[in-house]
Amino acid sequence: MNNEYILEFDRVTKDFPGIRALSDVSFKVRQGEIHGICGENGAGKSTLMKIITGVYPFHSYQGRVIFNGQELMFTGSSIRKAIEKGIAIVYQELALISRMTAGENIFLGREPNTHGIINWHELYSKTQALLKQYNLFFPFSAPVGKLGVGQQQLVEIAKALSENAQLLILDEPTSALTETEVDTLMNILQKLKQEGVTCIYISHKIEEFFRIADTITVLRDGKTINTKKTGQTSIPEIIQMMVGREMKERFPKHEHNFKQIVLEVKNLTAFHPEYPEKMVIKDISFSLRRGEILGIAGLMGSGRTELVTTLFGEYGINISGKVLLNGKPFIIHSARHSINNGISLVPENRKEQGLILNQSIMENISLPNLIQFSNAFSINKHEEITTCQEAIKQLTIKCGTLNAEVNSLSGGNQQKVVIAKWLVSNPMILIMDEPTRGIDVGAKYEIYKLMIKLASQGVAIIMVSSELPEILALSDTILVMHEGCCKGILSYSEASQERIMTLATGYGECFQNT
Amino acid sequence: MSKEKGFLNQFYNNKVIVFFIRIFKETGKFLFRIGTFIWKKSKKNLKTYTMIFALLFLWILFGVLSNGTFVSPRNISNLFRQMTIISFLAIGMVLIIVTGNIDLSVGSATGFVATVVAYFQVFTFPKLLIPLISFLFPGIPAGISGIISTVLAIIIALGTGALIGLWNGVIVAYLKVPAFIVTLGGLLIFRGLMIAVTGGKSISPLEKSLDVIYNGYLPNEIGLVIAFLVIVFIVFNILWQRHKRRQYGLDVNPFLSDLGKICFFSGLVVIYIIYINSYHGVQSPVLFMAFVAFLFAYLAKNTRFGRYAYAIGGNSEAARLSGINIKANVLKVFILMGMLVGVAGIMLAARVGTGAPGGGETYELYAIAACVIGGTSLMGGEGTILGALIGSLVMASLDNGMVLLNVPSFAQYVIKGLVLVFAVWVDVATRKTKE
Repeated sequence: MNNEYILEFDRVTKDFPGIRALSDVSFKVRQGEIHGICGENGAGKSTLMKIITGVYPFHSYQGRVIFNGQELMFTGSSIRKAIEKGIAIVYQELALISRMTAGENIFLGREPNTHGIINWHELYSKTQALLKQYNLFFPFSAPVGKLGVGQQQLVEIAKALSENAQLLILDEPTSALTETEVDTLMNILQKLKQEGVTCIYISHKIEEFFRIADTITVLRDGKTINTKKTGQTSIPEIIQMMVGREMKERFPKHEHNFKQIVLEVKNLTAFHPEYPEKMVIKDISFSLRRGEILGIAGLMGSGRTELVTTLFGEYGINISGKVLLNGKPFIIHSARHSINNGISLVPENRKEQGLILNQSIMENISLPNLIQFSNAFSINKHEEITTCQEAIKQLTIKCGTLNAEVNSLSGGNQQKVVIAKWLVSNPMILIMDEPTRGIDVGAKYEIYKLMIKLASQGVAIIMVSSELPEILALSDTILVMHEGCCKGILSYSEASQERIMTLATGYGECFQNT
Repeated sequence: MSKEKGFLNQFYNNKVIVFFIRIFKETGKFLFRIGTFIWKKSKKNLKTYTMIFALLFLWILFGVLSNGTFVSPRNISNLFRQMTIISFLAIGMVLIIVTGNIDLSVGSATGFVATVVAYFQVFTFPKLLIPLISFLFPGIPAGISGIISTVLAIIIALGTGALIGLWNGVIVAYLKVPAFIVTLGGLLIFRGLMIAVTGGKSISPLEKSLDVIYNGYLPNEIGLVIAFLVIVFIVFNILWQRHKRRQYGLDVNPFLSDLGKICFFSGLVVIYIIYINSYHGVQSPVLFMAFVAFLFAYLAKNTRFGRYAYAIGGNSEAARLSGINIKANVLKVFILMGMLVGVAGIMLAARVGTGAPGGGETYELYAIAACVIGGTSLMGGEGTILGALIGSLVMASLDNGMVLLNVPSFAQYVIKGLVLVFAVWVDVATRKTKE
């Protein structure tokens, strides 16, 4: 028994089909400390957390996870068991029932009861005692939907503590909080630390680690890069560790030559479609030329997807600013309007936004393009088949027949179907949101090749990506976003991982050169 | 021994017999190929074929239990006629459910349209239009003015239906009230309006020319002409498809399988019409139902509108990002449903010969059941018109057969309910094995 460390990772490796998500991750979390974990999107943070909480059961990974001196062996994929052990996680997306009160939420599933009849007095007195013990303050008898995001987060934390959590994992707790709420959270975490609760703190915001964390572990590409005491490191060093990887032959060669301007965006501002007072895109300007690949970089939630879907006509409301398409004013209206004007969007989530999973490959490819091969009365099936066959050949989609359900295809081939769908529409501007997410290296390479080929044919491409190497290798120009703003536009020659990361985390100069 | 051998040799050497043996062999091969073809196809469309087999099973069961009465030409003629009203509703309901919606108001709305038709024929037409017509064309025979009345009634029914669809569709698509609630409200509203129109009493009599729409028969000769035309259409269509596929450089089905298709469908049409001709001839509503079903099946499969409906139900987010105007398409689907309600309302008025409050009760449930039995998924995105017709035929067969066998009415409800649940269970179970 070693009481110094509450949690140890010992060469943990986790494979997904075609991808190694974690390789030999080893680090230790000290009893009673706040341990920060940082890394780029896709560095393996969430996978690691899913292992600790038992979402990926024992034997689905290699290596050992030791908690309180005992190896964790979760068999089913039930988060309940992790809670019983004393591990609780508070996710980025809050999992509260908004119509219920905080007290009800805290004791959901474990309500104090006699023969199934809930003892409300006991429930609320227990809640009160809990809050007093940890110095938490929020109204616990109002529906949580009426509380602010910050207070809701506290409810989640209280819920975790009520189950006697020894290890509290906070996944991106501050991404939706205001400055003052962040301050409150930080104070509470300090107090919890004094109470002896160990905390793993996952965040994109590096400066937060320096406010509260004792130790920082940096993950990159599924590997542990280093674990450092906060006092012995600095923000630039952490950034360096996060991005400093060598580039291999993972990308096809590509020449940078582009022609006349096809799209100009000036001072584009837009608001959230459901919360009209929330500004999602703030004063963004850029221009795009034929044959150019414009990479949009930024951390999760920085407004990249919001920007491109707004441009496509399917997201933002109360849009202001100017958009010029081929020098003529273009009014952002709807997807149909954009498609008709030669703008296509490969959406971020292929299963939820890109494909109709129970339909055939052909039906999926032709969906936005039916107008091409149909008149008012009927669809010319034969033309549809020949067009789709051609697209499949061009993209080397591996499938039995055109009539196979897309559900039966692999992720890479599904992604190619989504791209095929938009190639058939002959776009002038092709927007690709995370075009290679969750697909294997081979399919990625093919998609890169296709993008470069399209660019050389004069198509202008906007690529949103969370993978910095991809952005750096393919883009002619890189637009870096942070909290809905454009933090900088870099040309391929001046861009580097460090520079992009600095801008994306909100540091550094805020310049615009259009 | 040797004698027998000699006899066999002689037997085989006989050229005529050898010829027949060869024909026998070839026919065997041909049947075998058709058999494997059907087997392969049925594996693909398991759902539809399960339902066809279930239907055949029902017919044989009722046929045996009723000593053949169930399958007599007279009963078959009635059975197909009985399925038509629900079928019209089910045809529209498929599209509604495919887009991920539901319409609970169709039963009430059908009853309402029927009373509107009755009111028009009994009160409005004689009071307002007959004086006008006889003023314009003095000495017009009563039969002709009856036909005018019926034609106008049909137009009014379709218009009323379309307005009902517009009402439901606008609220569902543009005001974003869930279809379940909108049409549940509609169920009550149209039932109320029905009582308002009739004043709580039956309105009769309706015109004779209206009666023909539901209760009429076509002369045997016309039935045969229709059979001939349908066969010509099937042959022409299949040959045209072959020609087009060749033109586009696509693989053409083996000739044998296309021939099998032609024989199969032509056979069905010919058998049905000859059988039904032995009892008065083709029923007018059945002919009309077949036409409407063909029209909607074509609409669902071969037009942009149909494809969009399936896409919206399959994944509305993907459909939206593909530039499909979801609101407009859902509205169109509801208007089409409304027009089919108009058709069903006319049929109902013609069937009962009066406009009575309380018409069309529970039709919505039968229409939904027919869709679901025919393989339509309530989650949206899946379902066929043909399936709904088969489902509607299953329900009608159950009704008809159980009445014929004097099954107590409580048991009729129980059995129909069980069949519905069972059919969906089969669907869920086969889906699981697929995964």
